[in-house]
Amino acid sequence: MNILHYLRAMQGIIGRELWRFVRQRERFISALVRPLVWLFIFAAGFRAALGVAISPPYETYILYEVYITPGLVGMIQLFNGMQSSLSMVYDREMGSMRILMVCPLPRWFLLMSKLIAGVSVSVLQAYVFLAIAWFYEIEAPWEGYLYILPALILSGVMLGALGLLLSSFIKQLENFAGVMNFVIFPMFFMSTALYPLWKMKESSVLLHNLAHYNPFSQAVELIRFSLYGEFNQYAFFYTLIAFVLFMTIAVIGYNPSKGMMMKKG
Amino acid sequence: MSGQKIQTTALSIEKLSFSYGGKKALEQVNFTVKSSECTILLGPNGAGKSTLFSLITRLYDSREGKITLCGFDVKQQTQQALSKLGVVFQQTTLDMDLTVLQNLRYHTALHGLSSKLAKQRIQEELERLNMYDRRGEKIRQLNGGHKRRVEIARALLHKPSLLLLDEPTVGLDIPSRHSIVEHLHQLAVEHDLAILWATHLIDEIYPQDKIVILHQGQIKQKGTLDEVIQGSNTHSINEAFQQLTEGSKG
Repeated sequence: MNILHYLRAMQGIIGRELWRFVRQRERFISALVRPLVWLFIFAAGFRAALGVAISPPYETYILYEVYITPGLVGMIQLFNGMQSSLSMVYDREMGSMRILMVCPLPRWFLLMSKLIAGVSVSVLQAYVFLAIAWFYEIEAPWEGYLYILPALILSGVMLGALGLLLSSFIKQLENFAGVMNFVIFPMFFMSTALYPLWKMKESSVLLHNLAHYNPFSQAVELIRFSLYGEFNQYAFFYTLIAFVLFMTIAVIGYNPSKGMMMKKG
Repeated sequence: MSGQKIQTTALSIEKLSFSYGGKKALEQVNFTVKSSECTILLGPNGAGKSTLFSLITRLYDSREGKITLCGFDVKQQTQQALSKLGVVFQQTTLDMDLTVLQNLRYHTALHGLSSKLAKQRIQEELERLNMYDRRGEKIRQLNGGHKRRVEIARALLHKPSLLLLDEPTVGLDIPSRHSIVEHLHQLAVEHDLAILWATHLIDEIYPQDKIVILHQGQIKQKGTLDEVIQGSNTHSINEAFQQLTEGSKG
């Protein structure tokens, strides 16, 4: 096995995912509509109700739309991660997953390639969303749009790995609806995507603690700080560790002797 | 160049057992598949054929027994072993919304073929199956027989030594079946390919084929067509199959 083999395979996997994405235009549009509805309607409505005090990385009072934007970028990645895992379950049911799993490369590499393929799609979506937000006068410093790239990649692979992990334990496509209710919504609402941590503490200490330890919160904070040209070390390491943990469990889940392949029967 | 070909062992299965929870799916299975030969794995539904295929392709892991593919232990040297293997699964594994060419290119990428080599091999395999003119069509537009041909072409792109076919003709009309059966038998001889072919359709067997009869996870009989018929004291493979797979029921 040489390095070229690895590169060609990864190129093939990413190419296939991007091609699928380009073909499914409705997927692209719906992935954008969701955060835009939150931005244009929800955030506009809540602007008056929720005041956001000065807290890092912001140096001044900000509008609620400005606060919520990094959270909505995180939302794009969260949904994308889950969408990728949904496609893994679908591929497995349809059999095309088998073609991937019987190719002569280590399984961790194949899963990682799938993950990177999914992340490249979500990064593209995030930038389109940020561009629309810019026209809506939610402007970050120009270098922030550069710094956000590694943050998007890390948060994307972390959420994608969570999706992979879930897909390795979900036996059928029908069970996926449960993921929406039990993973996506709690993760999103119990995070700093919509409200700052200190604000949550005012209403419930438990909720504050849950939100603090929610890896999605840390991914959102990583995105938020990087968009304003700052590096949040705690959020970075928290997201990184969560990624390593989720990915390890996912690889075990896809191991023929331990994971889902056996359970599938 | 008309001398007899030296046959090599492409697949060796030794004392293989497997169970789903407490239910035995395979028990002490032993057999080999040699190059230039079609080995027909005959068995009724639920005999353990698909389980055996999942173990060979390492979708499942075997705790008892050993599978060796072209000298590589599937468990210890998985990647080397898988690089020698081409598979056509029972269920279509093509991406319906991609074209024939895109599906095949995806496969060549997974096997690390350069684009030049991939192009050449794709042309060769598709031409052999009279599918080259249809390379730009989406899989969804093809009929069942043509989809199968694409899958067979795909399985051969990386020049495997062993081709696994899990009931490749199920659901096809008679002419498509005949042409695929004929093509596969030719491939074995012309390309020194070892073929392991799971089926329950007896008319797909050629006189020169090797036969393994699997029932309830156990090998009931194996050998050449004549050996299997003689070994079961019957007059035809049809009778032998019926006797071996019905006699032990219950």
